[in-house]
Amino acid sequence: MLKTRIIPTLLWKDLGLVKGVAFDSWRRLGTVLPAIKVYNSRDVDELVLFDIIASEENTRPDFDIIEDLAMECFVPFTVGGGIRTLEDVRTLLSVGADKIVINTAAFDSPQLISQIAERFGSQCIVLSIDAKRHSNGDYECYRYCGKEKTGKGVLDWAKEMENAGAGEILLTSIDNDGTMNGYDLELIKMVTQELSIPVIASGGAGNYQDLADAVLLGGAEAIAAASIFHFTEQTPQAAKLYLKEKGVSVRFS
Amino acid sequence: MTTLVIDYGMGNLASVRRALEECGSDVIVSKDADDIEDANAIILPGVGAFSEGMQRLHDMGWGKALTKAVLEEKTPILGICLGMQLLADWGYEHNKTKGLGYIAGEVVKLELQNTRIPHIGWNEVSYKEENLLLEHISNGTDFYFVHSYHFIPQNQEAILGTTTHGFEFVSIVQNNNIFGTQFHPEKSSKNGFVLLRNFLKFSESC
Repeated sequence: MLKTRIIPTLLWKDLGLVKGVAFDSWRRLGTVLPAIKVYNSRDVDELVLFDIIASEENTRPDFDIIEDLAMECFVPFTVGGGIRTLEDVRTLLSVGADKIVINTAAFDSPQLISQIAERFGSQCIVLSIDAKRHSNGDYECYRYCGKEKTGKGVLDWAKEMENAGAGEILLTSIDNDGTMNGYDLELIKMVTQELSIPVIASGGAGNYQDLADAVLLGGAEAIAAASIFHFTEQTPQAAKLYLKEKGVSVRFS
Repeated sequence: MTTLVIDYGMGNLASVRRALEECGSDVIVSKDADDIEDANAIILPGVGAFSEGMQRLHDMGWGKALTKAVLEEKTPILGICLGMQLLADWGYEHNKTKGLGYIAGEVVKLELQNTRIPHIGWNEVSYKEENLLLEHISNGTDFYFVHSYHFIPQNQEAILGTTTHGFEFVSIVQNNNIFGTQFHPEKSSKNGFVLLRNFLKFSESC
């Protein structure tokens, strides 16, 4: 049986590892490489790395550094930030990324997703959606790390990208991100009910029950979390023991 | 002991190279089909579409070189993910494409109801009999999968392991010196390394 993945997310800015609250006020958190080594030695299910600078400043991914990081990672390694072209994807996959995450570029050129799917397969494309809830309850997609509105509704965009060939959706609540107050279950449920590709819940986990809720109530296939693992004593391994108690199928190495 | 990793522009080669080095092998990652002469073992990795993969293998001259090394000289080969699928006779991704044909069978899309596709994540691999590739790995161990298509071998004897995602599909194949895993041993942490070491040990003994 397929296991629910617990995925620590690393945000990388100027070679430091950072974590913000509601997509702002980045805090330095040491460097990326030691974090990857630790997570690798703890045998986590997968790691996601975001190059925030590349995404915000519209620069290319730093392939050399990503290669150095990938060399230390023997679990699935998913990389995002600054990916614009098919050639970017090819290079990232060749330096050690297993999957790539795209957000902003998909709005600029929606055909990029179908091109990547055709060339490298849907399974390596994670479409990232940063969702903000409006007062009327609608959710809108944002890009450039939550800095710019897109005018696209979350569910419409998710369906459009599934049809274009995205293999997974990484669904982040901008409002809940970094608050550690729990995932936006309404958002997650809205997308998981309508799509047939896996959805990774992101943004807001503060304790193990939040993780369980994202799976059991939200219907998420996987859980991405940063603050809970970086700023508290809580660990992916202990999270899995808790999830198992709650009846969620998880992997123990 | 030199392992050749075939670079045909399909997917994550750095991880495979690093994992093999960690397992103690010298590794050549090459675009040049002539390099196959020096290899004690061959890895055919790959992420991507079947038709594109075959096209590239042929354009780069790997098709003939592989057939000579694998079928005539019996050099051990391990196909990983798309690399495993390309061992089949036919693939049906995008359009019907002739594969390498080393293990009789075809590659079709996972067609499932109420189960999410692509099949991404850690899932159990079950096997019915002992095999040198699976030494020191418990039956039911989780490996990392990421795929939307699966291999249906024509002969039951080619099936070494299976996995269930909505239904039971074939996750490891073998035909003499030819092995394939639908999952990624190079991304499956400790147990993946045990499997790669088993393959290298077998290759050394050949």
